[in-house]
Amino acid sequence: MATNDHLRIRDLSVGFKTFQHFEPVLDVWELHIEHGEAYGLVGESGAGKTVLALAILGLLRQPPARVTAAELTLEGEPLLAKSARELRELRGRRISMIFQDPMSALDPAFNVGNQLTEVIHQREGLDKSEAGARALELMRLVELPDPEMMLNKYPHQLSGGQRQRVIIALALACGAQLLIADEPTRNLDVTVQASVLKTIYKLRQELGVSLLFIANNLSLVSTMCDRVGILSKGRIVETGLVRDVVRTPLHPYTLDLLHAVPRREERLGDENQKVFAEVDSTISRCGHYARCDARGPACEGQDVLPLTFVSATHGVACPQVTASLAVYPAAASPTEAREELPTTPAGTGGGD
Amino acid sequence: MSGLPATKQAAAPVYLTASRARWRQFRLQWHVLSRNTLQKIAIVYIALLVLVAITAPYIAPHPESIKGTASAEEVLKAPSWHHLFGTDEFGRDIFSRVLYGARISLVASVITVFLSVTIGCIVGVVAAGMRGIIDDIIMRICDIFLSFPMIVLAIVIAAFWGSGLRNAVIALAITGWPFYARLIRGSAVSVRERPYVKAAHSIGASQRSVIFRHILPGSIGPVLTMASLDLGSIVLMLAAMSFLGVGAQPPLPEWGLMINQSRTYFLSAWWYMAFPGIAISLTVLAFNLLGDGLNEVLSPRTRGRA
Amino acid sequence: MGRFLVRRLGLSVLVLFGVLVIMFAVMHVAPVDPVTQYAGIRATPEQRVEAETTLGLDKPLVVQIGIYIKNFFSGDWGVSLMTKRAVLGDIGQTLPYTLELIFFSVILMTLIGIPLGVISANKKDRLPDHASRILAVGLISIPTFWLALALIDIFSNSLHLLPLSGAFSTTVGLLHPVTKITGFPVIDALVTGNFTAFWDHIVHLVLPVIAMTGIALGGTQRITRAAMVETLTEEYVTAKRSYGLPERSVLYRHALKNSVGPVITSTAIYVAQMIVSTFLIEEIFSWPRVGQYVATGVSKLDYPVIMGVTLVSAVAFLILNTFADIMLAIDPRVRIS
Repeated sequence: MATNDHLRIRDLSVGFKTFQHFEPVLDVWELHIEHGEAYGLVGESGAGKTVLALAILGLLRQPPARVTAAELTLEGEPLLAKSARELRELRGRRISMIFQDPMSALDPAFNVGNQLTEVIHQREGLDKSEAGARALELMRLVELPDPEMMLNKYPHQLSGGQRQRVIIALALACGAQLLIADEPTRNLDVTVQASVLKTIYKLRQELGVSLLFIANNLSLVSTMCDRVGILSKGRIVETGLVRDVVRTPLHPYTLDLLHAVPRREERLGDENQKVFAEVDSTISRCGHYARCDARGPACEGQDVLPLTFVSATHGVACPQVTASLAVYPAAASPTEAREELPTTPAGTGGGD
Repeated sequence: MSGLPATKQAAAPVYLTASRARWRQFRLQWHVLSRNTLQKIAIVYIALLVLVAITAPYIAPHPESIKGTASAEEVLKAPSWHHLFGTDEFGRDIFSRVLYGARISLVASVITVFLSVTIGCIVGVVAAGMRGIIDDIIMRICDIFLSFPMIVLAIVIAAFWGSGLRNAVIALAITGWPFYARLIRGSAVSVRERPYVKAAHSIGASQRSVIFRHILPGSIGPVLTMASLDLGSIVLMLAAMSFLGVGAQPPLPEWGLMINQSRTYFLSAWWYMAFPGIAISLTVLAFNLLGDGLNEVLSPRTRGRA
Repeated sequence: MGRFLVRRLGLSVLVLFGVLVIMFAVMHVAPVDPVTQYAGIRATPEQRVEAETTLGLDKPLVVQIGIYIKNFFSGDWGVSLMTKRAVLGDIGQTLPYTLELIFFSVILMTLIGIPLGVISANKKDRLPDHASRILAVGLISIPTFWLALALIDIFSNSLHLLPLSGAFSTTVGLLHPVTKITGFPVIDALVTGNFTAFWDHIVHLVLPVIAMTGIALGGTQRITRAAMVETLTEEYVTAKRSYGLPERSVLYRHALKNSVGPVITSTAIYVAQMIVSTFLIEEIFSWPRVGQYVATGVSKLDYPVIMGVTLVSAVAFLILNTFADIMLAIDPRVRIS
């Protein structure tokens, strides 16, 4: 982990205080993004992806939320220690977010041009006409058709894809170098998705921004990103270079994700369907325990579950894997080691 | 993080009635409602008020003050241990009268709201059920009523039909039911279209059971909130009407009436005017807090959001 | 948009008719005899017949309704049984003073109530919120007439800070009378350079306006808070914050603008209620003429007066509600639907 990291997160915890108890939502062991890199975060709905994005930006209301971290730095500067004013300074200028639902992320009461120039004017101090010019520039950059006409349109008058491009333009408006894209194409039609993604890709090439790309689709991420992290129930269970994770997945959940895409050879209805027996999941702090077919005694316990790195970039948070690696250090590849797992591994037992 | 049911055999469909879902919600809501200190104080106050209303004639220190005159030489005395709130121009103990006034205000407002809600619910459900032109006509009538400021209409009715507490209550009930009719009808119409009602229909539930087990519980929420807020408003309007002379008549110790009577003496006897007014304010405040609490509890979006 | 306007106005007219019919119905179901009211208790049979004819009570019901409605629109609202003058004229004379009160109250209520609501919503469930909410709820729980009396007691009697009653003090009224241009003393005094009268009038306005505003302030705060709380959960609020926009902008430019709908509607309703409470307050403060007129009319059961005043309130209410609906329709999203 070099010191030219754009974003570094270590041991980040986010939880929400509800009326009756405290609900932990995120427990990120490690996540870093280097300058100019695209990091994909994959997880299902409810895994905590958006929460992570908001936590980085400091947009979570601290009660009821509680955000703690051993390290959360942007280019070396710790974010949690910053005051509200300092955070406001860097939002937009140094780090900004592309939102998931373009309809609800735009103010319906103002036209698109207004919303763009507002941000430009406020943050960059340009006067009205300069801000207007810059707004047009931005709209061309995100490949919006007919920018002059667009300026006067209201969000509800645009199509989904156009709205999303406006959101992207807003995120870029002040020249942020780190973009967090929260499932930017989730609510778009498939063909539009492809087009918007191409635009994002192109922008990365042209502007060289770092990207935290959040999605629920591993294949999507693998086309857009350099590295990937798999988020399950608030925990990063595997991380690494895209080709490593896709070709040699280590965590059972990653395997599930990859298998979830039906292949031409398979037919739905074949016995590959999972049967979930009633399992008491409270005995393990691993979120995947209940659905894992590689469960074992190594998984039980409530102590910390860290990411163990099997190479410089490839890490996994699974006690079984690490156990098997300990027991079978000579295995040809981690995946093979997993397949040879006995149900009750002798020896060390327990990841850490 | 609970275990997941076996998917191989289809689990028996759980008949999720509105009532069952609501009961689950209710427990959470009661928890929320009772946590808030302010609401707790309001509930305590109201309970106290009800107690006072019931026992007023017995606990009042000077029960003779309630209706008749007490003694001539005690006229317009300042608050003292003997007369906690002082005396009025007839020598009557104001404290006793205020206590009794609680009974009047409470009973009157409860009756009024009850009448309004009942009539309104019936009309509203009928309108929602009959649909079509009858629904339209009924709603237009409600609109017309609602286009009057409520208290003005009530005053008019009371003025024409004779003053007195009874007529005031009737007048207020007449002006109030259209509001509830609209409310219930709106609720019923939207609940009618909800998936769980359609689902119930699709598995063959009878019309009546659908209404009672699904539609009614679903629409009741806003009505309860408004009713409790209404209690407060009715107390205020009743007091205003009495203040103007079209509500309660002397010698009833209605709070608004007492304030009116205090006007002649207000330069010298501040207590005469102060205490009934404080009584009204606190009572209405309590009802409003209760209504507010109910509102927050029954409204889905404003709860515990990050 | 045009079609919507026409439909809405048409609806209002229909409702107006309905209002008139109801008024008529109430009048005629009354167990009190208007003939006696008009002619007096000791009227002779001939006088009663005469009264009947004058009041038009000898004609069939439908015709009576027709005449009534016709009269309403032609401005003949009957003659006050006490002052024996046209009701409409009486009310018209006193209106400017009333409107002044309402005008200042609305301004005050908006300027104070809305920011309070915004702060409350933004700092939800923390100290500023609780304080504002208690204040707001407290205010709307206080009976208007009592608040007015209490204010007078404190500020006039005890502290001798503000005047007791009237729109002008007697000396000023005599020495510096305001020449009538528009009928609104505030404007007239200012325009004619009559600063003594102007200041005097403002001073006299303070207490009544506070009494009127007090209640409505609470309402405005609550509705603003409620609407803002809803709006603040919207994603674009978070989005605007994520671009680093100042909080002030986010709240007042974006969130408030989108919350303003219910605020306007309820402001219209509060203004309508103000029209009602105005009568009470004017009576208490001996504000020129309307208050006295109405209160006496009500307690003496002067039917034409009661009817007239009720009609004014109802019409005003109707206008305000229609206005509110139209304002809501201006919102671009509503227009599409």
